[in-house]
Amino acid sequence: MRRAFVDALVEMAARDERVVLLTADLGFSFLETFRDRFPARFFNVGVAEQNLIGLATGLAEDGLTPFAYTMAAFALPRAFEIVRNGPVAHRLPVRIVGVGGGFDYGANGHSHYALDDLALARALGGIDVFVPADAEQARTAVLATAGRPGPVYLRLGTEPRGAVGNGSAAFEPGGARTLRRAASTPDVCLFALGPTAFDAMEAARLLEPEGIDTMVVLVSCLRPVAMDELLGAASGARLVVTLENHAPEGGLGSLVAEALTQLPVMPRLWRAGVATRDFAPGSPAYLRSVLGLDAPALARGIAEALDGR
Amino acid sequence: MEVRASASATAIRRAILTASKRANRGHVGSALSVADLVAGILDAIDLGAGPDRDRFVLSKGHAALAYYAGLVEIGLLGPAALHDFCADGSRLATHPDHRVPGVSFSTGSLGQGVSYAVGSALAARLRGSRRRTIALVSDAELNCGLTWEALTFAAHHRLARLQIVIDLNGSQAFGATKDVLDLSPLAARLHAFGFVVQEIDGHDRRQIRKALDLPPDGGPGPRATVARTTLGHGVSFMEGRSEWHYRQMTDDQFHRALLEVGRSCDEPS
Repeated sequence: MRRAFVDALVEMAARDERVVLLTADLGFSFLETFRDRFPARFFNVGVAEQNLIGLATGLAEDGLTPFAYTMAAFALPRAFEIVRNGPVAHRLPVRIVGVGGGFDYGANGHSHYALDDLALARALGGIDVFVPADAEQARTAVLATAGRPGPVYLRLGTEPRGAVGNGSAAFEPGGARTLRRAASTPDVCLFALGPTAFDAMEAARLLEPEGIDTMVVLVSCLRPVAMDELLGAASGARLVVTLENHAPEGGLGSLVAEALTQLPVMPRLWRAGVATRDFAPGSPAYLRSVLGLDAPALARGIAEALDGR
Repeated sequence: MEVRASASATAIRRAILTASKRANRGHVGSALSVADLVAGILDAIDLGAGPDRDRFVLSKGHAALAYYAGLVEIGLLGPAALHDFCADGSRLATHPDHRVPGVSFSTGSLGQGVSYAVGSALAARLRGSRRRTIALVSDAELNCGLTWEALTFAAHHRLARLQIVIDLNGSQAFGATKDVLDLSPLAARLHAFGFVVQEIDGHDRRQIRKALDLPPDGGPGPRATVARTTLGHGVSFMEGRSEWHYRQMTDDQFHRALLEVGRSCDEPS
């Protein structure tokens, strides 16, 4: 996704001279492509995330389009107030790029995990929130920022997981994409945040032989909210499930719970996410398994939830 | 080399007192501290229209009254604008709002304005603009780490059309800055950070004007002006007294203050 991001940014910068890339000393072996092509528009601000956002505010006020690149673990958590008072309050086109959503940084440990960044982004109100699922979505998400007048938070994954669906699922602001349709009214409507769509699709396959019909909807944009798509998909399902590499509080689970209150009859909802911070580090695959977020655990949880009805 | 008389600073002080008294709001001491600096800065730069207008960041946003009064002085706000100071629904609140004409950056959370200003100066360079960026910063804001992150970046990139003016009144909410968190030797610190440093009397308009004069070649790097000031300057019973960050005037104090800063004026309506 990082490669796709920087390639798309180079493409955008080639035709839009307002594009500037700032990094807080991250992106080694990725951002060089941009730096070498546009050295005058590349700034390493050093290990200074607050200044990263303050500078971006000053740049954007003068008509430039800064991309501010750092880890998802640091971008909003460390610079939250600067983001709020700067790009959000002034409604400026600052693009905050947070790399390593969830526990993608695996063995680096808890300081490098971003399990609360989406809650912060959603609480800010005036910022778009893009969580692409794969390289193609990352590329199209970068291009989709063009012309958006306010700030955008773009959360990128670092784990190579291939392509969702058939690999041509372009990112769409305010959209949600059905990756797997149920035959009729689904037993289960499974909303998956960005890259967790891989696990959601696998869980749906595991449930099929058990006669459980699962619809999988990829949610890559938390703001603007794809409200009609979310409600349309969820209504009629026996069980709605959200899956995210983030705490269920404030992320996709919260968003869907809030949305479902608009239905005349609320379906059952299971919010699967990182519900604890008390776990030992490990690879993303290992963490998915110990946190109950891999496909077998999801399939088991869904089957049990339906049985328990 | 005409130096405008301090009439505008006097008018700013009168407006600060009158608006604050009318609204029973505002950080009077802080605003009076920078009245001369604001008058000097607004004289030195052009906040008019267009992308190449100069940028002024009032990082010490709690002195907004001085800024608004200055904007009235230069005609960007109408003469009656301050009648709405802190009125319900008015954009002229205790801290600056970027929707107010002449205000590019909303401030109020201390320690953020220098970072905006450095980004703005970098933007001017990238756009090939000759415009200036000036930030007016309180001494206590230098407690904040972000300020030093921003200063480091400005010096590293030699943003010579950036000027940081520090309102060194030596006073913050709980008392003297030297007792809260000592910043001395401030000029030496700024010099060590890579700034071209001047020290001036922040109530002397001639020194202010000279400090704000940008050399034609721009100079070797960003500039920091350490302006020694007095909190509440011009009103004897406020001068140097930390409580005037927050206190409001009684009627009697208001009339005495008005007399001290200049001619007597009308009651606030």
